[in-house]
Amino acid sequence: MTTILALPETSRRSLPRPSAALIWLTLVLAVAYVAVPLFASRYVIEALLLPFLALSLAAVGLNLLTGYAGQLSLGSAAFMAVGAFAAYNFNLRLGFLPLPVSFVLAGLTAALVGVVFGLPSLRLRGFYLAVSTLAAQFFVQWALSKFGWFSNNNPSGVISVPRLQLAGFSLDTPTGRYLFSLTIVTLLSLFVWRLTRSASGRAFLAVRDGETAARAIGIPVPQTKLLAFAVSSFVIGVAGALWAFTYLRTVEPAGFNLDRSFQILFMVIIGGLATIRGAFLGAAFIVIFPLLLARAGAFLFGGIFDSGVLDMTQRIVIGALVILFLIAEPRGLAALLDRIGARLSATAARLAGSSSPSPRS
Amino acid sequence: MSFFKFSKSASLAALLALSAFPAFADEQHFPLQSYRVGPYASGGTGFFGGFIDYLNLLNDRDGGVNGVKLTWSEGETQYEVERGLEVYERLKSAPGIAAWNPLSVGIAYAMLDRVAEDRTPLVTLNHGRTDTTDGRVFPYVFPLLLNPYSESSGIVNYIAERAGGHDKLKDLKIAVLYHGSPYGRETIPIYELLAEKYGFELSQIEVAHPGNEQQAQWQTIRRQRPDFVVLRGWGVMNPVALTTAQRTGFPADRIIGNVWSNSEEDVLPAGEAAKGYTAIVSVSAGTEAPVIQEVTEKVYGAGKGNLADKARIGSVYHNLGVVNGILNTEALRIAQERFGKRTLTGDEVRWGFEHLQLSPERVKELGAEGLFHSINVTWDNHEGEGLVAFQQWDGAKWNRISDWIAPDWALLRPIIEASSEAYAAEQGLKLRTAEDVDKVATD
Repeated sequence: MTTILALPETSRRSLPRPSAALIWLTLVLAVAYVAVPLFASRYVIEALLLPFLALSLAAVGLNLLTGYAGQLSLGSAAFMAVGAFAAYNFNLRLGFLPLPVSFVLAGLTAALVGVVFGLPSLRLRGFYLAVSTLAAQFFVQWALSKFGWFSNNNPSGVISVPRLQLAGFSLDTPTGRYLFSLTIVTLLSLFVWRLTRSASGRAFLAVRDGETAARAIGIPVPQTKLLAFAVSSFVIGVAGALWAFTYLRTVEPAGFNLDRSFQILFMVIIGGLATIRGAFLGAAFIVIFPLLLARAGAFLFGGIFDSGVLDMTQRIVIGALVILFLIAEPRGLAALLDRIGARLSATAARLAGSSSPSPRS
Repeated sequence: MSFFKFSKSASLAALLALSAFPAFADEQHFPLQSYRVGPYASGGTGFFGGFIDYLNLLNDRDGGVNGVKLTWSEGETQYEVERGLEVYERLKSAPGIAAWNPLSVGIAYAMLDRVAEDRTPLVTLNHGRTDTTDGRVFPYVFPLLLNPYSESSGIVNYIAERAGGHDKLKDLKIAVLYHGSPYGRETIPIYELLAEKYGFELSQIEVAHPGNEQQAQWQTIRRQRPDFVVLRGWGVMNPVALTTAQRTGFPADRIIGNVWSNSEEDVLPAGEAAKGYTAIVSVSAGTEAPVIQEVTEKVYGAGKGNLADKARIGSVYHNLGVVNGILNTEALRIAQERFGKRTLTGDEVRWGFEHLQLSPERVKELGAEGLFHSINVTWDNHEGEGLVAFQQWDGAKWNRISDWIAPDWALLRPIIEASSEAYAAEQGLKLRTAEDVDKVATD
């Protein structure tokens, strides 16, 4: 089956040289764990990095489902909501559980809901499946605002999450929340990365690239699809719990609306389908870039135009950039970076006087 | 110079710089989480426009508050929680912040623990989370003039008056049509309680945000045949409700709007369908009040007016912004009397809000007679006993049709306390006492 989502090769090319990838990963983690807590301002952590981490993780989860297994879903925000409200309720009602356990249980709850709403994928494909996952979006939001139990009978349906604690230590500072969030995102991303390189991961790709062919070589297609839904929803559910506990610290069902689902899908598409890096790049583009643009705009033109005009202009700029990027490289920012990197190293090799062509091409 | 000497003189210089800083600045800053685009822009531009107009008036006329100049900066939120928080984190590093005024229940909810940590007041005029009225649990949050419970009680009292007494309520059927947001849902339990107390039949119907499609809801209302419909709308939901009501044959004079459904922007787009529609106010519309005249003359006359359309001067949202300006700056004035006429810390401004008592005479002195009645904030009552009135739309303007009346505060207080105490238990907070009020942080 050829769909717009079937983009072969990207997965194998996403991390071309393991050693180089390992160096990069170490470098990024070193910056994230050491430099950021030391030097980043409170604004950078609270307003940029915490939402970035939570949404990156959601994008990693959706990328597993859509990028690797080829199942288009518009229910991501619903699974985030399930994760957030489940974590809140486990924490509230089973207060003796340590926070990470609540998060795992929240992820499992989201996985369960994900499997239920993944059932239509056994019969539907492509856009039809996307429309059927909308059901999750509407049903979850409806249920969470309809039944007061989920929000501990808070009249406005808004929950205030408790203060973060881990083994008696308070994590209730920006840095504490950031490190907690970062650790969970790192662990789950590594887990997803391992998964995509396992037999299950290859089964995902086989289902994405051709169901009939996959069945012919003995891959259990229905189980594979449901597994993809379960793992993806687990990751997205934990992302929702992070969003609620570390970033907003208050949650209402309307915060997990269809717009959020689209936002996550756009992150995956703009960042690059079937790459883990792409999820982070896409999240950075959607979450951090507009804020930087807004600040630059306010700094340059704040005195001349009111904030409404600036906001409209910013939307136009971002829209134009999305189109430009996707024309330049339809496989997303991850592939674009690869290309730039390849060209740079080719230039570097030429400048160094080496007669051999670039190692990548 | 030895290192010891150097570090000593350096620290002395730093100390001097620090202590000189407030005197040098003598400014009080209002960070504004405003919204000028999106579905609620009409409310945002009017409210923040009025607020800025009043700050401009004080700066130009009096040189600020007792010589302390008022400054502000804006960040666009589009009424979205995430954007509101981003703006909060961005603007909060500004020196001399007086108070936050996000004009969004969702954003205010997300700021509850942040403002407590940062010790700056959060004002939610006419809205907000009802139990923040309890100053024992929420020292920094002020749902000034009218919290959602008082609003509901005021509306039910008015319906009782129309029906001929509270004992007539038990024969009535009332439907509440509310906005599908934290703001809209806030009053669900209080209407249930009022229905139980007075014995009227109640149905509460949600309209999904933003509310531009209400055919199904009004079909339900048509089937239920209520005597009155309470409209708890916001933004585009209101004119759509009025036009859909007309189409389904529900008379406009039996629709009672709440405090966020009472503006010109709510009725004008509905045209004829809005004629006879009645709504509650805690701040009246109109340009008669001297302070509005002065804003027109001195601020708009000097070309500094914030509203793009001068015709909106004196509209409900604009007047609300002006009154919000009065309440914020009077809190500053009251705090300055105690702490000195200088840039105040957030906690000192909190003290000012907790003593914000403006009698009808003082309101008149401020040129706001007829705009709002009075306010009486204390350390444990952060709403301040605002009075309400009712106004009716005649197709061209709002006419006040009732006196200023009081909601049933005694009935509401126990529910507010139960809810705030539950929050305190959940968050592990200690209840404040009267002694805590004067403990003021000076940083």
